[in-house]
Amino acid sequence: MDLPVIEHSPPAAAGCNASSCGSTARQRDGLTDDIRARVQDHPCYSEDAHHYFARMHVAVAPACNIQCHYCNRKYDCANESRPGVVSELLTPDQAVRKTLAVAATIPQMSVLGIAGPGDPLANPARTFETFRQLALKAPDIKLCVSTNGLVLPEHVDELVKYNIDHVTITINCVDPEVGAKIYPWIFWKNQRVFGREAAAILIDQQQKGLEMLTTRGILVKVNSVLIPGVNDRHLPEVSKIVKAKGAFLHNVMPLIAEAAHGTFYGVMGQRSPQPAELKALQDTCAGDMNMMRHCRQCRADAVGLLGEDRGAEFTLDRIETMEIDYEAAMVVRAELRAQIAAELAEKRAMAHSPTAPQASPQPIHFQSRTVKPAAAAGRPVLMAVAARNGLVAVHFGHASEFLVYEASANGARLVGHRKTESYCSGDQSCGDADAVLARTITAIAGCEVVLCSRIGYEPWGELEAAGIQPNGEHAMRPIEEAVMSVWNEMLAAGRLTAGSIAAKRA
Amino acid sequence: MALEIIESCVNCWACEPLCPNQAIYEATPHFLIEADKCTECSGDFAEAQCASICPIEGAIINQLGEALNPPGSLTGIPPGRWAAAQAEIAAR
Repeated sequence: MDLPVIEHSPPAAAGCNASSCGSTARQRDGLTDDIRARVQDHPCYSEDAHHYFARMHVAVAPACNIQCHYCNRKYDCANESRPGVVSELLTPDQAVRKTLAVAATIPQMSVLGIAGPGDPLANPARTFETFRQLALKAPDIKLCVSTNGLVLPEHVDELVKYNIDHVTITINCVDPEVGAKIYPWIFWKNQRVFGREAAAILIDQQQKGLEMLTTRGILVKVNSVLIPGVNDRHLPEVSKIVKAKGAFLHNVMPLIAEAAHGTFYGVMGQRSPQPAELKALQDTCAGDMNMMRHCRQCRADAVGLLGEDRGAEFTLDRIETMEIDYEAAMVVRAELRAQIAAELAEKRAMAHSPTAPQASPQPIHFQSRTVKPAAAAGRPVLMAVAARNGLVAVHFGHASEFLVYEASANGARLVGHRKTESYCSGDQSCGDADAVLARTITAIAGCEVVLCSRIGYEPWGELEAAGIQPNGEHAMRPIEEAVMSVWNEMLAAGRLTAGSIAAKRA
Repeated sequence: MALEIIESCVNCWACEPLCPNQAIYEATPHFLIEADKCTECSGDFAEAQCASICPIEGAIINQLGEALNPPGSLTGIPPGRWAAAQAEIAAR
């Protein structure tokens, strides 16, 4: 049961402060105002937007036309949170009803995606019937789709027809030799094709589809799964190539592989990457491409803000009984969006005004990343934040995830997130708390500070012993402001000179 | 001559639109093939279409009870390894 301390803040009161714009300015390098306007309320395409806006996926697409080694087609587990997993398959009519119900209940809802549990374009009748109805009944909701790309070229014109503005293609490789280690087979022209030949066909189709979409002005995000020892060294090349073909955002996600999931990689003992490996690869690719750092690898039936899942509130039997005043809900959404848009515009204006107070010694404009900032006066520090709606708003013991920010003289930058279990449910059932706390400390390894709204005495001591400084002094402040304030204190205390980390850890 | 879908089917719908004879239909607890209509795609395709897209090893069998996609043929997981992983999970 959620406790009051992690209740939703009213979105109008939420918001990041000016200093956060350093990171998003970098993320948006080279983006035109037109593209910025197109992504500013899409939580999966804009880091800013993900603090405010919610999305949902409707699971109307069960069939798949390829096999990936990280996927198991038994997709009915309620307790797993990863792509390809759903609890309830929907017909297009049910999906439309669910979308309208969610959009009427969660005014932050701005995006409807079809992402599986199979490949949406391998289920064209169900996918496009859902889009057709929603384009009519929910004209203010953005529609998007995510695909493996195998049959993308033949569906591009239909995507344009339903005004699908955002498409995600999962591209794990551009080399069939690498692909053969990821994809055991594809279904192609009425046959099952295996191995290198299959990978070569898939790669050709993905690249062709990507070019066709970008030629038509559709925004394309590329997802890649980082598989250590398989495509880790190959992904920087993937990043360069997809950028050259017009993809505007690259999302490198860590492989999820556990034997219990029954996937090839899980059963065969393929390891998942460590957070530091993921960050290093993202940083390498970031020299060439806008990188997404806030992905939560959500389920194909996820509902709500990224990092939360309200799917259980909207099961088929529940939405049957919901009364929906759709017109009224649309008005509420329009008001909320105007409010958030104004807030984001103000934030951008403050960040780029020469008179505004800057966390960074050098104001960052929308300039080339190749311009080096002034010499950093202190080393970068990773901090874990128990956050909600862009604020340091969650009790340490209630956090189910921590956002990881890198603070430096250039400002605060979101570099990832770490999933955890909340170890304190607020009642007497904290039996397993010690083990959960130990896992949380492992999960946020590499971070030197953890910011939260409150924290208990016992975890405080354990965190300190592990070399992680707890900090509950910035409750309800915008994340970036809080992170930079802590970094500046560390700087002033002389803790950020070269070598101080080794001294502290020794 | 007809193929059969058995209980390991996960109801993913992939086969249903491919059948040239519309022999496959949704049923509970899993999809079924109408034996009278199934030709195993003879005359239409070189390989049975349902078995060519089915992602589940062993879910489609012929009249001799043989799996068209035997264990290990689709996932690449050796059957022994799979059995060991299943046993380990069950023991938890």
